[in-house]
This record gives sequence, C-alpha cells and structure tokens, in this order.
Amino acid sequence: MDIKIETRNLNLYYGAFHALKDVTIQIKPQSITAIIGPSGCGKSTLLRCFNRMNELIGGVRIEGDILLDGKDIHRQGINLTRLRQRVGMVFQRPNPFPLSVADNVSYGLRVHGVRNGISVPEVVEHSLRATFLWDEVKDKLDSPALALSPEQQQRLCISRVIAIEPEVLLMDEPCSALDPIATGHIEDLMRDLAERYTIVIVTHNMQQASRVSSDSAFMLLGELIEFGPTLHIFENPSDKRTEDYVSGHYG
Amino acid sequence: MRRLSPAITQRVAVTFLWSLTLITIGVLLYIILYILAKGLPHISWEFLTKAPESMGRKGGIFPMIVGTFMVAGLAVAIAAPLGVATAVYLTEYTREGRLTFVIRFGADCLAGIPSIIYGLFGFVFFSIALGMGLSVLSGALTLALMVLPTIIRTAEEAIRAVPYTYRETSYGLGSTRWQMVTRVVLPSALPGICTGVVLSLGRSISETAAVMLTAGSALRLPQSLSDSSRTLALHFYILSREGLSMENAYATASVLIIIILALNALAYWLMNRFIRRAG
Repeated sequence: MDIKIETRNLNLYYGAFHALKDVTIQIKPQSITAIIGPSGCGKSTLLRCFNRMNELIGGVRIEGDILLDGKDIHRQGINLTRLRQRVGMVFQRPNPFPLSVADNVSYGLRVHGVRNGISVPEVVEHSLRATFLWDEVKDKLDSPALALSPEQQQRLCISRVIAIEPEVLLMDEPCSALDPIATGHIEDLMRDLAERYTIVIVTHNMQQASRVSSDSAFMLLGELIEFGPTLHIFENPSDKRTEDYVSGHYG
Repeated sequence: MRRLSPAITQRVAVTFLWSLTLITIGVLLYIILYILAKGLPHISWEFLTKAPESMGRKGGIFPMIVGTFMVAGLAVAIAAPLGVATAVYLTEYTREGRLTFVIRFGADCLAGIPSIIYGLFGFVFFSIALGMGLSVLSGALTLALMVLPTIIRTAEEAIRAVPYTYRETSYGLGSTRWQMVTRVVLPSALPGICTGVVLSLGRSISETAAVMLTAGSALRLPQSLSDSSRTLALHFYILSREGLSMENAYATASVLIIIILALNALAYWLMNRFIRRAG
C-alpha cells in the first residue's frame, strides 16, 4: 500500500504538557483523511507536525518519527522552506494578506523565487481556476483580497497554497468560519482536489468528515484512538470511545 | 436617595462629554486662529523668499525655512531606519527577555528626558567632542536621538498589531523570516510606522532648546551640513524674546503652524490611501 505521510510513535510536549501520545498513523496519497475529536485532543497539533509549524512556538519537544514519502522530515539538513512548499497549509479563518488578489496568489511563488520559464500571471490564473474562483475575480485581480466574501477568501487561500504546487494540503477546520452553503462549495472543491493532492483535514464537524473523507482518525486527549476507513469509523467503530463520540455522546 | 433615571444619566453624560470635546477643539482652534490672525497679514512672497535683515526686524525667513527642513529632515532620515530596525528586532527576532526589557526601558527613559538635556548632550558630544561645532549635522544627530524612542515604540506597537495569522501563513507558504518581515509585516504596519515618523518630524521641526545648543542660530542660508543654521521655531523664540519684531515673530509662527498642519494632512492622506489599497 502506498503511504504519503507516516508517523511512528510520535510524542509531542508543550513544556510539561504531553500533547500527543504515541501517535502512529499512515496517510494515503490522493485521498482525504479526516482527523476528528473534541477540542484540545491534539488534532491541530498533529496536523501542524506534518509541516513543522509547531516549532514557531517555543518550548515544543518532539519524539518519534514523521516520514514524508518515507523520509524523516526532522532529518539533518532538510530544507524547511522546501518542506513547507511540498506540504501546504490552509488555516481555520480565511486569512488573505492585505495585498491584491493576484499578489496573494503569487506570494508563495515570489517567496521561493520565480524560476525561468514560469509566467506568474499564468500560475495565478491556473491556481484560481483550480478553486473555481477565476470567473468571479478575473476582473478584480488588482483589487484588495480582503474585499472578497469569506468563502471567496478561503478559496483564495487555497489557491495561494496550490500556486506553490504542494503535494499535501493540510486543512485546519477550513470551513468553521463559513456558512453551510459556502461549506458545501469548499467540500466539493476538496473532493476535486483530492484527485491530485493528499488532503488531511481537521474538523469539528462530524458530518463533514463523513461526507468528504475516505479515512478518518479519532483522537482523544492526545491519543489516536482509532484510525480506518471513514465508513467503518462512523458505522461500526471498534472502540467504545469512538462510538460514543461519533454518536454525539461527547464533544 | 432616589437614583436618577438612566435616560437622564445618559443625557448628562452626553452633554458632559460633548462639552469636554468642544473645550478641547475650542482651545486648539483659538490658539491656531489667534496666531494666524496676528501673523498672516505680515506674510508675503518676499517674507518667504528673502533673507532676514537687521537681525530679523526686517526681511524674510527663507534661510530658516531651509534650515528647519535640513535639520528636521536629516534627523528623521537618521532616526527612522534605526528606530524601525530596532522595532523589528524587538518584535520579530528575539524572544522577550532581559535584553528586550533593557532596550524598552531605556527607550522609555529616553523619551521622558527634557529636550534641553539632549541639547546639552549634543553640544558636548557632537559639537565639541566630535568637533562638529554648531552645525546642521550636530543638530540633526541630536534631534535624531531625541525622537528615536518615539519611533521605536510607535513602530513596535504597529508591528505587534499585525495579526499573528499573517506570520503563520507566510511561514506556511515556505517564506523565511526576513521575507515574512519585509513582504507582509512591514507593509501591514506601515500606516502606524508612518504616524510615528510624522509625529517625530513635527517634534523635530518645532524643537527649540536642543537645536539652539547644537545647530546654533546663524542667520545665513546654510550651504552645507557643517554650517550653523537657525530653525523657524528658534527664530520665533529669538524674535519675541529679544523684542526684535512681534509682527515677524507671529508671521514666523504662522508659517511654522501651516507647515505642521500640512505635514499632518499629508500623513493622513498617505495613510488613508494606503489603507484603501490594502482593503
């Protein structure tokens, strides 16, 4: 079986707080994997391990291995910039920079240095088409991104990540600031993107997890309780705690 | 005792706050209008473009206008990059610790020192010890030291106000810290930074004590940075203090006020333009 991201006995500590406990998980390529669980269970922390975003905060200690395509992402001499280009992230709230629509999309490209033979306007158009935003914004590429609707802003943020051609898309509750209709649109988009990208989504919304994902992971108090096909997790969970959670007994 | 009804309390509060606002604006307007009324009639094209004669009793203030912009402009040109760089270092490149505390505490102490003390220091250090004499350069360096804390602290506040998510997102897209600072944080903080810089420019332009001791009070048009030069504020002080010409003193004050108002208007205009562009 193909594996895109894998963790082995991953432990993470914020100071004395043990936030992730012995997490071992294998994420398949070109699919959507959902991480669910109550607030504070460590699901966002796990997601942020995959592009090493936890290191921005001081006092974080990580033990165990995280492998991307079989290679340790904490190995000596790894190019962190390259890692974050391969593993892109979409955040909870739409957070475009206070720049124009086009400059937002091309930000990552410019940060990495535009290679010869690459046309920035073409990448901008391609990335905006990938999120079906192109037709709505093609006449206002130079207007401020913050003037767009929340849904358009979140699509823009996804375009911004797609522009740097990642292999993995990490999404941290990407719909929690959106209304149900916009949420539906973003979910359609995710299904579409899953044909090319490995998507890992953290969500509070169990319906969302069951609608979009092929695999689901249930976490509780820093532990990975159960991981498997989404249908199995929701219809016939092996663990009592998973069953309690998905049937709405806590969280 | 019966309590007043909320509606009456509300009306009293509104009246009270309105009166305070009116008093504040009233005092400001009174000062500005009084000076302009006394000064504007004496301003002419000759006054703005000619050199003073007989110690300023007659003639114009052209050398003072040039001197003011040279001293204040140079001061801010020196202090702004230093101050913004310090603010970036404090906010983005270090964790809070003893060093940041010392820098911040030092800046706050410097901000509270009277300008005459800066003048004395500038005179002893730049003018005498470094041999700059009474010169534009000595005055500008002294003023730069004086406004540095203001620029550091306003820039720091402006940079801190930039949402953390911008930084996170920029890292998430693979940028380095420097790219994040120069492409996202500084542009977002620019309006706040500009406010501090313009405030500092205003303070530099209207400073008297510090420039009197360092830039001197020569009436000539300064030809270089090593020439002594009298600023507008100092000229006004000398004209009125020595009883040379109250008409010209008020006219000078009017020019000074108009320059400061124009600068503030420019700053607001720039800021609005920037904010609209950024959304």
